[in-house]
Amino acid sequence: MPPPRTPERKLRHRLAELRGPEVQAKALDARALAALAANPGCRRRAILDGAGVNKAALASALGSPSVFGQSQFAFVRGNAFEAKVKADGGTELLRLAHEKLDRSAEPPTAARVPDLTAPGPAGCLERTRLALREAAEAAAADPGTWTLLDHPMLALDVAGSPAFLEPDAVVVHPDGSWTVVEIKSFPMLDGAADPSKVGAAARQAAVYVLALEEVAGRLDPPPRVRHRILLVCPKDFSNLPTASAVDVRKQRAVTARQLARLTRIEEIADALPEGTCFSPELPAEQLTAAVESVPATYAPECLSACELAFHCRDRSRAAGAVTSLGRPVRAELGGLTTVRDVLAAAHGRAGDPDDPVVAALRRAAALRAEALGTAAAAAPAAVREVAPCR
Amino acid sequence: MITEAVASPAGSDPGAAAARATDAILDDTLHGTARGVVVDSPPGAGKSTLVVRAALELAAAGRPLMVVAQTNAQVDDLVLRLAEKNPDLPVGRLHSSDTDPYDKALDALENVRTSAKAADLTGLDVVLSTAAKWAHVKGVEPWRHAIVDEAYQMRSDALLAVANLFERALFVGDPGQLDPFAIVGSEQWAGLSYDPSASAVTTLLAHNPGLPQHRLPVSWRLPASAAPLVSDAFYPYTPFRSGTGHGDRGLTLAVPPDGSGPDRVIDEAAESGWGLLELPARHTPRTDPEAVRAVATVVRRLLDRGGATTSERSPDPVPLTAGRIAVGTAHRDQAAAVRAALTELGVTDVTVDTANRLQGREYDVTVVLHPLSGRPDATAFHLETGRLCVLASRHRHACIVVCRAGVGDLLDDYPSTEPVQLGTLVKFPDGWEANHAVLAHLAEHRVRWQP
Amino acid sequence: MSLITTLARLEAVSTGRARPAATVRHRHLSTRPLVFVPLTTAGEAGAPLGALVGTDRDAPRLLVVPQPRDRDLRFAFLAELADVVLPYVDGFAGAVEAAERTETDPETGKRVKVEVELCADAPQLIVPSRAGIDLVRLLGRSMRFRRTAEQDPETPFPAPPRVPLLGRWLTHFGERARVPGSSLLLAMTDVLARHWATGQSTLEDQHLGALLAWIAPPEGRSGAEAAQEAELARDADGQLVCPPAGPATDPAFDNKLLAPAIERYDRARTALAAAEDGLEADARLGALTAAERDVRALVESRTRPTWDAVWRGLDLLRELPQGARVEERWTRDRWSFTGHRDRVLAGEPPQPRRDDAVTAANKLAVREREQARLEAQEALDDPLVMAGRRLAGEAFAGEVVDVVMAYSESKRPSPRPLVTVRTDDRPHLGERTRVYRTLGGKPQTAEFAGYEDGGPDAGGDDGDDGGLLIVLRIMDKMGRGKEPEEGSVPEKGDRVCFTLFEHEPRGGAKLPDPEETPWTHGGPPGEEAAVPETADPVTEEDLL
Repeated sequence: MPPPRTPERKLRHRLAELRGPEVQAKALDARALAALAANPGCRRRAILDGAGVNKAALASALGSPSVFGQSQFAFVRGNAFEAKVKADGGTELLRLAHEKLDRSAEPPTAARVPDLTAPGPAGCLERTRLALREAAEAAAADPGTWTLLDHPMLALDVAGSPAFLEPDAVVVHPDGSWTVVEIKSFPMLDGAADPSKVGAAARQAAVYVLALEEVAGRLDPPPRVRHRILLVCPKDFSNLPTASAVDVRKQRAVTARQLARLTRIEEIADALPEGTCFSPELPAEQLTAAVESVPATYAPECLSACELAFHCRDRSRAAGAVTSLGRPVRAELGGLTTVRDVLAAAHGRAGDPDDPVVAALRRAAALRAEALGTAAAAAPAAVREVAPCR
Repeated sequence: MITEAVASPAGSDPGAAAARATDAILDDTLHGTARGVVVDSPPGAGKSTLVVRAALELAAAGRPLMVVAQTNAQVDDLVLRLAEKNPDLPVGRLHSSDTDPYDKALDALENVRTSAKAADLTGLDVVLSTAAKWAHVKGVEPWRHAIVDEAYQMRSDALLAVANLFERALFVGDPGQLDPFAIVGSEQWAGLSYDPSASAVTTLLAHNPGLPQHRLPVSWRLPASAAPLVSDAFYPYTPFRSGTGHGDRGLTLAVPPDGSGPDRVIDEAAESGWGLLELPARHTPRTDPEAVRAVATVVRRLLDRGGATTSERSPDPVPLTAGRIAVGTAHRDQAAAVRAALTELGVTDVTVDTANRLQGREYDVTVVLHPLSGRPDATAFHLETGRLCVLASRHRHACIVVCRAGVGDLLDDYPSTEPVQLGTLVKFPDGWEANHAVLAHLAEHRVRWQP
Repeated sequence: MSLITTLARLEAVSTGRARPAATVRHRHLSTRPLVFVPLTTAGEAGAPLGALVGTDRDAPRLLVVPQPRDRDLRFAFLAELADVVLPYVDGFAGAVEAAERTETDPETGKRVKVEVELCADAPQLIVPSRAGIDLVRLLGRSMRFRRTAEQDPETPFPAPPRVPLLGRWLTHFGERARVPGSSLLLAMTDVLARHWATGQSTLEDQHLGALLAWIAPPEGRSGAEAAQEAELARDADGQLVCPPAGPATDPAFDNKLLAPAIERYDRARTALAAAEDGLEADARLGALTAAERDVRALVESRTRPTWDAVWRGLDLLRELPQGARVEERWTRDRWSFTGHRDRVLAGEPPQPRRDDAVTAANKLAVREREQARLEAQEALDDPLVMAGRRLAGEAFAGEVVDVVMAYSESKRPSPRPLVTVRTDDRPHLGERTRVYRTLGGKPQTAEFAGYEDGGPDAGGDDGDDGGLLIVLRIMDKMGRGKEPEEGSVPEKGDRVCFTLFEHEPRGGAKLPDPEETPWTHGGPPGEEAAVPETADPVTEEDLL
């Protein structure tokens, strides 16, 4: 194969090499977006997601399989719920969009639901762009037209590499504006829902909003992408849909800034040794070396967001990093980053006593020892009550 | 309904703009029909002046009123101001039964009566107390009028406890300062209009969306160099301006600089109103000794170099004394460390306190230890918009920030996995965004220093 | 996280075993708790799959929903659960003692003491993890508005008789669990994590198996290894060796074992329904029973390890001596239990879906007060907790080095002795800061009067001459005479510990009654509020 000419092609070529021969790139799914939000500074996550590596397969090949399975009960019910929401040409979904977001508009009667199927993600992307343009024209020609895009395909530049995104749906309002729709299977109970799950949905939707804004920017006049998204969930204990408008301006602003400031994938790729490859076909040793060649910033939050977390946790623990106990642990440890260093400083084996971190650690260690000593002395087996403090 | 008093063109008289806003507020308060009037007041916009004036005018119109403030210091301050403006006005100070419940200076005021019992104060024109004390007052005829001061720092449940004491009220406060908080989780009420842990104004407006809302459009404290930044970063949807122009305030130093970092940053701040003294990147404990020493040195040099200020109040230079300088920190132990460092350098009488305690105070020059300086992690506490806002908006002339390099990277690595409660209003601006905006501005006034 | 806790965690990492985070037990443990280990079906809001429940560690009651989508089977499960939980709860309702409560007399408006009943003990529910507490709340919410056939003969899907009552009790347990320091409903992971610091993060501590592995690792193994195994080890079938404590199940279990078993059950049931005669029906009933037994065996296999783990956790906790003030907090739980018992007896309607403004504010006030009380009491009960407060500058301990008698400046001078304490601690004292110590079980107040040697800022603490000299003025608890009562003033040489926080936090003012909700908070409730809340509308598609 001749060497690629443009920088963009060069990067794409390089990322394909990292993925391994014949390995399809994985789209940036909800989990990858959650991992980005949970740990924006992690270079390992950045390059693997940027290159479209299947991290679950990689984790298994490394011998630390991820634990993200999906129960078929949840799967079946989730699909059934989404189908129900979108049934009858999206009647219920559009009714909710009208009720929660756009009451002054004409209520939807018969909506346009363009066909978006096409071979491959790039084809779907094109179909989506076309459908959005046509929806704008349709809304202009016939005020009162609603359009529902079922599983459109969007793309976004993440750290210099294009990522494909597939929101559950996008609604085009009669005024030509666009709304991202997220359909989730956690319930809204008495109008409230699990805040951490809503937060994750909002961050995910914010990425779709950014991608839509890019599409909108190329149309003339550019349609408005709404910053309140529609979150659709089962109501109470039923599987009847209900919805809530969620303001994602904050998540959008933060994600936009994060994306703008992400270390360029290119830079990370350039720092890798020649011939680095993350193909799950490779032997574990070779893969471990490849993964080790790019630094990770592991924290326990990764466990619920990143497929590679157990591998990184093992490494972090083996290195004795204090952050493997949680990010807040570092707050008062200043420049000390390993368990061994902290304990050595606390127990007077290392460190400058004038350094306030060391001084605080020694005071903490002394107070702890004193308290445990007092307790041991004050509580012989027969005495059930301690009076530590008079 | 929001009165847009700020829309006057730049260069028009800020005094006139402020007067128009005040007139509209007093008109609604004295002659309006709404049960409540809400006034947003950015830092140094004359909130206390407004409260005192509204109280005097209500009293003059023969309408006795109660005033609710949040702390005893705030109540005492208002009593002193009222007595200063009108020494003949019969004023009541309702206080708790703790020891030293109020400022002893009140005892010297002839027409101020103090008591722990509301019944002793009936019939007086104005009765003032804290929300906590008012909450214990039961079985009295409601006041026709009330003024609720620092209403954005008051919790919804505190308003619930006192709102039956008055028929209508003027609510005044600064939405940009630190929000009230609860020491236990209150998620189960998030999204409810009367969430007890929300601010009093949030609940009030959720139940009474039609109330007239005003804002004071001019900061008389912040200089022309600071108002735009503070307004943009912390009040993006309710902008304000400075009451003074770029040439109206001056900070001069009699002694030439010695070339050190502290002197260079003092010169930069004297010149531009802002200074960032940036120490080398390093993860440190909260009481970073180098940063603490740098803060103390800056203060010491400000005094040693014979600082003097000129302003619209006094065209003749006024010496910059210790009493006109404050140091702001995020944590109490940092404040304690700075105090110790200042004592070592022989500096006394400089106020050193946390953002919480500096709320509502004003100085000529402030020196701020950046809340994120040297931190290995950024927590919601350190990112809280109000904290940075308080620290960056206490000064009349200049603000010098001392910070380790690397805060930008810390913010970039900070995960944004905040939970979202359905039905709650999104609070703007975001602490993360505001921090970036302030950092970007400070970067233009950066002095790098290796202590 | 306090530096002392951080150190304990790091020590756990280096020693391979959890380290104490408390020296006494800070939560009440009933002699006869009801342990509840529920499982739910993935993807649905609180749809039960099964549970182990009971008070006898050797004989738990196994409840199973062999087809979680079947409404009747779910109701049967809930009715069975009610049959276990309600008799347990009722068992505490009868034994009462006389107690006094201060109430406002509705006629005079005065505060008067009234004699009331207080249940002598209260039930205690224990679930494996925090998610279990959420499920208790969710089950409570799903049941308390249900209508029985007796309540409403028209109701389309009547609930079994005692189910709404169970919903009300579970709701009460769930709400009480939000009160800091309460013990009516406890999550085992929370209680264990309160008393031990492991070498893993607080997130990972929510795995009961891993947490126990750190606290009591098997012979010859490190906590880290054992914890990792508890988290991740799978058998040849791909099943977790230590199943998650629930209520969520492992997807691999759902997909590989549970789904096929439920499918077999469904098939057997369809076959039974299609049976053409008694003989055929008998044979097919046998097949159905076998299929149901399989699902039951699966549910038991996933709950039993957790059940045993919860009891092991109880054993470990019982080894710790109970903190001195735990009993006082349990009395508050008894009040809470008695109050709800009375509301049920009085025929009050179930708890509403959402609190009104006054109720919400009252609950928040109670919880903030209880949080402050808990923090103070844990420190007073436990030197290790107090050490954390001392490190944070919120308390100090030391030796009395001087006592000088002094008096207040009033017509009848009262004793105000000045006590000098030498301490290595660094309390955040300001002018006239109030400090407190325990004297005969009650707090005694003192005021900071100054430093003898100029204080920490003057560098008086440098060197090794023994720390700060703090001068305190003792303010109260010295009796009425001119001379302080015997033992009421510390003496030279005494070890003392003063806190900057109050020992008995004060409550706030009384809030208005809901009928007097002010205009700022929406005004008094309208007439619609007087109508009891309706049940959730039931449709064919409802799953619970």
